[in-house]
Amino acid sequence: MVWNSIETTRREALGLASILGFAALLAPRMSFADEQTVAAEIKKLYGDKKLESGKIKLDVPEIAENGLVVPVNVEVESPMTDADYVKAVHVFADGNPLPGIVSYKFTPACGKAAASTRMRLAQTQNIICIAEMSNGNLHMAKANVKVTIGGCGG
Amino acid sequence: MATQPTPRVRVPAQVKPGEIFEIKTLISHEMESGQRKDSAGKIVPRKIINKFVAEFNGKTVFEAEWNPAISANPYQSFFYKAAESGEFTFTWKDDDGSNYVSKNKLTVAA
Repeated sequence: MVWNSIETTRREALGLASILGFAALLAPRMSFADEQTVAAEIKKLYGDKKLESGKIKLDVPEIAENGLVVPVNVEVESPMTDADYVKAVHVFADGNPLPGIVSYKFTPACGKAAASTRMRLAQTQNIICIAEMSNGNLHMAKANVKVTIGGCGG
Repeated sequence: MATQPTPRVRVPAQVKPGEIFEIKTLISHEMESGQRKDSAGKIVPRKIINKFVAEFNGKTVFEAEWNPAISANPYQSFFYKAAESGEFTFTWKDDDGSNYVSKNKLTVAA
């Protein structure tokens, strides 16, 4: 057999082939954001401020069949008074060509810091949500969305 | 582009003072992301609505900055706490500089 003539077992060869194949798949037609780019975006906005957990309810589907239209619903716990309200909410994705999804600016007149929209997701990835409170505190939430058909092609 | 974007907004006609209610908006727009390529392999230039602003009696109450990751025919909902009667002005700002505006009246009564 040919495989015996070079000192590679069939298993190794297959393994190597699959690695190469996977690398080819990853080799981007376009470049994608990753965790670092999202972290860099957050740093650009808020520097190295501490990100607390809690307070944010990030509602995204666990599995999105169509990456072109994925509902994303954010709600931040807050009394929404002039003294204590949610100033801004930023939503990022770590597997899209660009990390940003949406940025909201709330005012106490909203009564409730909640908003929903629909986004495009190119592939399975994490959604990261940052909420900025009126006292300067930052909160973060993260959720994973499995995407069956990517919303980024054509 | 094919058709002029048409905004559609749902605001309750009448609410009680202090009531917190949801406002739902939708606008027809392609939201061309600037990431796609046409059949000739050329990148289709980006053309999205990059900002949505909600004002009540001339005061900004809510803003959303949209990135190319927002789906076509963008939907946006948010909340508002009724204080007084007045008028909402919703503005969608396009990359090409055009603004699409919808005005909706709100009546606050006990």
